[in-house]
Amino acid sequence: MNFNKEFDASGMSCPLPIVKTKKALVDMESGQVLKVISTDCGSVKDMQAFADQTGNALLSTTEEGGKYIFMMKKK
Amino acid sequence: MTTKKMAIIATKGTLDMAYPPFILASTAAALGYDVQIFFTFYGLQLLRKDLSDVKISPLANPAMPMPVPMPVMVQMLPGMESMATMMMKQKLAKHGVASLEELRDLCLEADVKFIACQMTVDLFEFDKSEFIDNVEYGGASMFFGFAGETDICLFV
Repeated sequence: MNFNKEFDASGMSCPLPIVKTKKALVDMESGQVLKVISTDCGSVKDMQAFADQTGNALLSTTEEGGKYIFMMKKK
Repeated sequence: MTTKKMAIIATKGTLDMAYPPFILASTAAALGYDVQIFFTFYGLQLLRKDLSDVKISPLANPAMPMPVPMPVMVQMLPGMESMATMMMKQKLAKHGVASLEELRDLCLEADVKFIACQMTVDLFEFDKSEFIDNVEYGGASMFFGFAGETDICLFV
């Protein structure tokens, strides 16, 4: 999947993946896609909850070798 | 959609109890909440420029997981508090948990408003110059002005 920006949250624990995802989205334009990489298993549910509450669209969640990859489309 | 609001009252000044207000505030701000934290009593310690005195003690804290069981008589020895604090900070860093300083900065960046209880600042004779700059001073009434309209209000 194509994306416009990548944010690697590997090694970070709650709440950093969410708080910094929000920061990464700030300077992006509506409709652009942010790829987030996280090693925190808690971020799977948190990222969905973040999307639900902020209106950004979580396009996909995948796991590759212990890393979680999220594609977040900015509202 | 109207902006949701959250208010937190932070009353504790130990390392373990410093985390919940900053974690919840930074997360809520990331979710789009308008957030205020009211720091009172020992919570005021969390507003110091220098947070190195924010410590954790195993003493009278039986729920704290310890690598080896430690009798209370040992916990009370000089230096145990500093050692426990150092170990806890190492553990936090190893697990990728942000430092208090970083979380506090993230809160400020996200426009979380910090209010220091004027009464307890006076009571403990705190020097305001020891606190960070982004602090407003006020009392309970000022806090209720915001808290009364919040969706979430927590006492930590």
